[in-house]
Amino acid sequence: MKVTVYEDKCCGAGSCVMAAPDVFDQRDEDGIVVLLEESPGEDQFDAVREAASICPALAIELSEAK
Amino acid sequence: MNGPANGAGSANRSRSVLVVGASAAGLATAEALRRKGFDGRVTLLGAESHLPYDRPPLSKQVLSGDWEPERARLRPEAMLADLDIELALGEAAVSLDAANRRVKTEHGRELSADAIVIATGIRPRAFPGTAGIAGVHLLRTLEDALRLQSELSESCRLVVVGDGVLGAEIAATSKRLCAGVTLVGPQAAPMELQLGGEVAKALAALHVEQGVDLRPGVGVDGLVETGGRVSGVRLESGEVLPADAVVVSIGSTPVTEWLAGSGLRVENGVVCDSQCLAAEGIWAVGDVARWDHVGLGRSLRLENRTNATEQAGVVAANILGEAAPYAPVPYFWTDQFNVKIQVYGLPSAHAATEVVEGDPADGRFVLRCTENGRVSAVIGWNMPKQARLRRAEVFYA
Repeated sequence: MKVTVYEDKCCGAGSCVMAAPDVFDQRDEDGIVVLLEESPGEDQFDAVREAASICPALAIELSEAK
Repeated sequence: MNGPANGAGSANRSRSVLVVGASAAGLATAEALRRKGFDGRVTLLGAESHLPYDRPPLSKQVLSGDWEPERARLRPEAMLADLDIELALGEAAVSLDAANRRVKTEHGRELSADAIVIATGIRPRAFPGTAGIAGVHLLRTLEDALRLQSELSESCRLVVVGDGVLGAEIAATSKRLCAGVTLVGPQAAPMELQLGGEVAKALAALHVEQGVDLRPGVGVDGLVETGGRVSGVRLESGEVLPADAVVVSIGSTPVTEWLAGSGLRVENGVVCDSQCLAAEGIWAVGDVARWDHVGLGRSLRLENRTNATEQAGVVAANILGEAAPYAPVPYFWTDQFNVKIQVYGLPSAHAATEVVEGDPADGRFVLRCTENGRVSAVIGWNMPKQARLRRAEVFYA
């Protein structure tokens, strides 16, 4: 799984951090998303899918091998 | 634990789900069903003909022209295809038979399913007697946003009627494109209802500083029309504000007319229990749903973007038999000029307030609202992360 975040779309809600705190954080100065782990481990997949799905600004994209 | 009384018993056997409404809440429900492993039939019925798109950018990036309309799409086409849902767009529901879980569409089709999710959202309230006057705008759909955008120009005098979230956002966005923007509303400061007095006052100061002509505390008596086109806004004080275009953002109404005769209880939204269940096998989600919030001990209907997705997750889980109450900390954000405001909980005029981080003088702060000795809301002003970290202080979090 590869995670991409779009800073220009991010609204700083921090929903992703609540869903997957090991993969996402927010910048202290403006709340914009910080990607901690571009290729998270399998144990994080569910949390990351949840984060991408609930992001209110649609700023997280996942590419997963099918 | 899923007794038949709450509908989950039969819904456990759901092999088909019909979601009525193909915007944020409807699509999120379909996605959540799939994410949770539901492999039955999912149909998404939408009144608009566009692929599902997001509304918060309409009053910001789309209105300003920073984004092409396609960028507001909720999901790329390939991702929608992967969901394996039946998309029926440009086809509004016209009636529901709740007992038989059957929906009739404007094309005369009858669709039935084991579970039906009502996600028809809201529509903006129009100013009485203004239908058909050129230059008068509402904002809910993509077309609305593009129509309004086409009016905005260096020489345009725009008057925004309504000082809620949408009105304030439209005024802020339009100021970049129009010479003259006036924001009129009955409150002492814009968004006072959503922010409480203190932060609303700071927002008013921001708008004034950025050149918006703010007219707080005044009602609108009517619009002035010249030759079929709006030419002004008449205030209750008698003053007429000249206008080349007017946006009316005076609140909205849940889209529930189609539920007349359905057997469901409709009172400012579809009335649901704490699990968002309206009747056996019938759920409601998003702007249209009024449900019992067990944390607050009262019913609530939220018109927030994040609520659509969060509630959809719970509704999907409950359709699959979980029987979980939905009791979120309400959250919304707004971006106006150079300020990002984040609101967790429900601020009110009666709350005691305290700055707990930053300093209003520096243009960055977090304000905590306390009512009856409990934290009722946390508001961030250019401090999104710090506000979010205090979300857990809200008493029912």
